[in-house]
Amino acid sequence: MPNVIEPITAADGTPLKKKLARALFRSKIRAAGLVLPLFAFILCTFVVPIFALMVQGVHNDTFHTYMPRTAEVLEDWDGSSLPGELIFATLAKELAKTKKERTVGKVATRVNRQYSGARSTFTKTARKAVKMEAPFKNAILKADKKWKRVEFWQAIKLTSQTWTPAFYGAALDYELSLNDGFERKAEKERIHVKLFWRTLVISAVVMGFCLLLGYPVAYLLATLPLKTSNLLMILVLLPFWTSLLVRTTAWIAILQSQGVVNDILVWIGVTSNDSRFSLIYNMTGTVVAMTHILLPFMVLPLYSVMKTIPSSYVRAARSLGATPTWAFLKIYLPQTVPGIGAGGLLVFILAIGYYITPALVGGQSGVLISNMIAFHMKSSLNWSLAAALGGILLGGVLLLYWAYDRVVGIDNVKLG
Amino acid sequence: MALPPYTTVGEKIWHYFFRAICGLIFLFLIMPILVVLPLSFNVEPYFTFTEGMLRFDSEAYSTRWYKDILTNGMAAPDAPMDWAWFADSWKNGQWIRAIKNSFIIGIASTLIATSLGTLAAIGLSRSEMPYKRFIMAVLISPMIVPLVITAAGMFYAFAQIQLNQTYIGVILAHVVLGTPFVIITVTATLVGFDKSLIRASNSLGAGAGTTFFKIQMPLILPGVISGALFAFITSFDEVVAIIFLASPEQRTIPRQMWSGIREQISPTILAVATLLVLLSIILLTVIELLRRRSERLRGITRT
Repeated sequence: MPNVIEPITAADGTPLKKKLARALFRSKIRAAGLVLPLFAFILCTFVVPIFALMVQGVHNDTFHTYMPRTAEVLEDWDGSSLPGELIFATLAKELAKTKKERTVGKVATRVNRQYSGARSTFTKTARKAVKMEAPFKNAILKADKKWKRVEFWQAIKLTSQTWTPAFYGAALDYELSLNDGFERKAEKERIHVKLFWRTLVISAVVMGFCLLLGYPVAYLLATLPLKTSNLLMILVLLPFWTSLLVRTTAWIAILQSQGVVNDILVWIGVTSNDSRFSLIYNMTGTVVAMTHILLPFMVLPLYSVMKTIPSSYVRAARSLGATPTWAFLKIYLPQTVPGIGAGGLLVFILAIGYYITPALVGGQSGVLISNMIAFHMKSSLNWSLAAALGGILLGGVLLLYWAYDRVVGIDNVKLG
Repeated sequence: MALPPYTTVGEKIWHYFFRAICGLIFLFLIMPILVVLPLSFNVEPYFTFTEGMLRFDSEAYSTRWYKDILTNGMAAPDAPMDWAWFADSWKNGQWIRAIKNSFIIGIASTLIATSLGTLAAIGLSRSEMPYKRFIMAVLISPMIVPLVITAAGMFYAFAQIQLNQTYIGVILAHVVLGTPFVIITVTATLVGFDKSLIRASNSLGAGAGTTFFKIQMPLILPGVISGALFAFITSFDEVVAIIFLASPEQRTIPRQMWSGIREQISPTILAVATLLVLLSIILLTVIELLRRRSERLRGITRT
């Protein structure tokens, strides 16, 4: 009898191993084929657009597009003394060109972000540049005295660079200068870092409140008989399903100075009619409304974890002599940690990017970083700064998302 | 949960104290809805309870703000309420247009999101699926990434291909935001799906299409429908993408409320809010019924 074991073959003679591998490969392709349409769709309408916007955070070609020759000659300028006639001549020609094409405003705005006051200098000089003759240096210097300043030229050279870290610097309140690199902005101009901090603090406070309010409710729902808890669950799910704007509007009605809470406080005599509390259009309003809106996201994961904890564990601890507090701290609480982690992270992630509620009830002191991004996107049209701020926010959120996936697993997200 | 006879006085006090606290938290949860309902019938144009309302004076209540939903923006709101009046309201009413837009955008994006999302969820639930974790993370991410960043990115990208301020652009954005919910709900339903049913169907000679529509689809249908409802409510409630991508022509209900809150605060918003609460109650009921049906179908008995 030969010692070699014949490979098992399928009916058509091919080895079974090969055939199995082929079948597995085919089913792999089939599964991937089902996912592919959505994946391609998300890639095209979600991932790529966000990536394209993020590129704007380090890339701004406004100056280079409208004044390409000036940008080129500025590359060779040493940056320490006033430039020579060549640069002035190029500048004059291109200023005249942008004046004719009506693009000078865009260039001026771009430089203005690096050097405030540059806007008027550019538009004024462009107007005169149409009629300028050689020597251009004298003509331009006569047009506006800012052209005599080396710092002004340094600012222009910085803006003429297409790839720049300046916007990320600005997003962290640092100013970029040509010779000294990054420097912190003056104390009262540091707004972004403060706003990032406020966003983190408010998100943490909202998360804390959600945990504080959500834990007892989830516990009650998990321990009550199913009939009652299902009924009470409606009270959690109904707000969850109600429009965000409806709830925000309602909080305005409740918290405003003539609102329900203040009326009750005046009625029971906590405060007088003239000194009503300002509970909305400030940080309080933001925290209260956001806590309300995000509370279901805390209750639901906590509930689903608590549901699985057998009540006999705590009873066993009690029968072994533990006090109720001790039994709770040592036996019950540790078992709910996964729920706390899941709910807390979810609430924090959602809170950190909140936009609508702070914009409506936040007033001055309650706005978050998202509102600043929207402002630069929609009003000041400084898209590069918006992209840099968004890039930092997105980085933070993705980090938390990764942590969430590690702790909870995204396939364990439950809704209702 | 009745208290056992051996509980001490302190425990009893704590028990009722705890219940009271939970009651207050439930009140906090439901308070906005409780406040909005009566205020929407306020006769005065304010967001506050008048003394007449507290005395339950019937003159302090009115349905004028509900009528305002129909008349706001009409050419001749005071004309007699005949067919021409309704036609005027249908054509010119600001809120009516917002409602129409919300339904057009909501239904279109729900259909696309549900079909793409269901297919993807079926693919993702197969054990052979390569790079499952990574792909799932990407597909769920629209739910996690701050809406401002999503909307700003789309605003920037859509500007290059002339999709801003079009229905298509808005619908695409809402599809993106709705799919994670479809994937989550359908995947949850597929967890309890018995895969041997597919093999049984195949062995009895059914093709892939027949198996899908006759065997798999009916069983996961409750999950698909509740995913669709989630996608619909997401689109119906979405305002950030609308603010960035839509022109006044594509104004939806939330967008109209947004400008209503910021510009002229009028109780019409509260009337609309009440209607939206009613809608969410209906959707919530449907979802609950579907969940029960799904559990029955899959043979899970509730304990």
